[in-house]
Amino acid sequence: MRSVREATQGIRRAPLLSGLSITAIGLSLFIIGLFALTAHNIDEALVGVESRVEVVAYLEEGTSEEVVSVAISEIGGFPEVEEIHFVSKVEALYDASRELTEFSDVFSDLEVNPLPASFEIRLREGSRTPEDVERVAERLRGYDFVEEVRYGREWVDKVYALRRIAGGAALALGGSFALGAILLIGIAVRMAVLARSREISIMQIVGATDSYIRRPFLIEGLLTGLAGGLLALGLTWLVHASVDRTLLSLSWLPDLWVALGLILAALLGVVAAGRAVRREIRRIEAL
Amino acid sequence: MIQFRSVTKHFDRSDPALSDVSFHVRKGEFVFLTGPSGAGKTTILRLIHMQMMPTEGEVRVSKFSSRKMKRREVPELRRRVGYVFQDFRLLEGLTAAENVAFVLECTGTPKAKSEPRVQRLLGQVGLISRARSLPRELSGGEQQRVVIARALATEPIVLLADEPTGNLDERATAGVFDLFRTINASGTSVIMATHDAELIRRHPSIRVIELEAGAVVFDSRGSESAPHAAPRSVRPESAPGRAVE
Repeated sequence: MRSVREATQGIRRAPLLSGLSITAIGLSLFIIGLFALTAHNIDEALVGVESRVEVVAYLEEGTSEEVVSVAISEIGGFPEVEEIHFVSKVEALYDASRELTEFSDVFSDLEVNPLPASFEIRLREGSRTPEDVERVAERLRGYDFVEEVRYGREWVDKVYALRRIAGGAALALGGSFALGAILLIGIAVRMAVLARSREISIMQIVGATDSYIRRPFLIEGLLTGLAGGLLALGLTWLVHASVDRTLLSLSWLPDLWVALGLILAALLGVVAAGRAVRREIRRIEAL
Repeated sequence: MIQFRSVTKHFDRSDPALSDVSFHVRKGEFVFLTGPSGAGKTTILRLIHMQMMPTEGEVRVSKFSSRKMKRREVPELRRRVGYVFQDFRLLEGLTAAENVAFVLECTGTPKAKSEPRVQRLLGQVGLISRARSLPRELSGGEQQRVVIARALATEPIVLLADEPTGNLDERATAGVFDLFRTINASGTSVIMATHDAELIRRHPSIRVIELEAGAVVFDSRGSESAPHAAPRSVRPESAPGRAVE
């Protein structure tokens, strides 16, 4: 109780510096928050994209119905496969002429159907990463009757690369700001220690333990960090709400991410305060 | 109980603040530590309080040794060694009672136990009626009594006093000194650093350790066989003194 009371007194004693620390930590986490929001929405988009990811295996000319029938049950049993659909040569031509209406004359004049039969394979949720898709494709290529396997690999790869970039940028930029925040919190806590140096020296003289002396300052760091985290959360939410309303529909961050962000903010505050207070307490003792 | 064994303390490369100092203070003993400014009195007190460690030699306080002392053990030692300053060092925003209670709070005494103890301590130093006064509302002698009550709060085995009467008038000095005698009579050792030759002269039964330039030049316990011997600081010009080996 004493520690919390003194920690809040410490914040009130240097409001400008505490405000700066809260702003710095808030900005650093806001940047992380923005990138997290981007990454999360890319994730959401990827789920949509992935659900449409289809592997198409084109079959050799003349593949028998028995082979097709056995293959359907075998490939349908792959752990990654959700659904397998056989498209015969006739269906392929029909689909093509329906989708490519500008070539309908060409299709109707054909004497021989040049389009191959194929399997259209949809993968299960959780098995739609580029690695999963590639693994399934590789297995399909192993069949003699499969002439060629196609899927939107490049496109999936690009979306994944974008997500990695968003994550990396969040860490790099947010990390730099977080360092700045640590320095500012350190200064704020050092000032709070100096303002109470007489009290601290008396505590040391009468036999208070280091942990007892440090506790209020660590709590001050924790509260500063937490306030910065809440500021970042508020700013990120504002951006989310305004983009969602005006530009495009965005999902809000998962609760777990929000909780982790607040814990990270509090930890930043505690670490920064801990470094500063340890050094200052030893300096007071040496006086 | 307190032992200095060939203790030397250097602060930098200049002359040592203490040089090869050895003495032993027994449980319940009262000792005057005297000598001119810069002789090393405060350094001795700070070494006993383990605010610093000797450069050479060993300081032992009860079971604690400067050679083996770990940082985490320092608070435990300090609860057993009370410290009284010339400049009081009270917290200005707290009343007399709160200043004493502050120590108990810092050392983990529950509030229920703390309040009666604060009353008892203030009673011991004769300040019950001033319990709610802020330091600035108290005289120098009263402030020093609060400091003594604060130092006694952890029930120390030894009380260190660094020029505790240096800022007090004659009457307050006598009152504070009597308080130290009472505390000492109850079994707590007292080591008082003082310049006050008159105070020392008025209490010839109290042991005197005199320092000069960081060395012990006189110890009245060592001169018991020569009762006329006296520390240089209180000795008439012609009287002989004897340095302790």
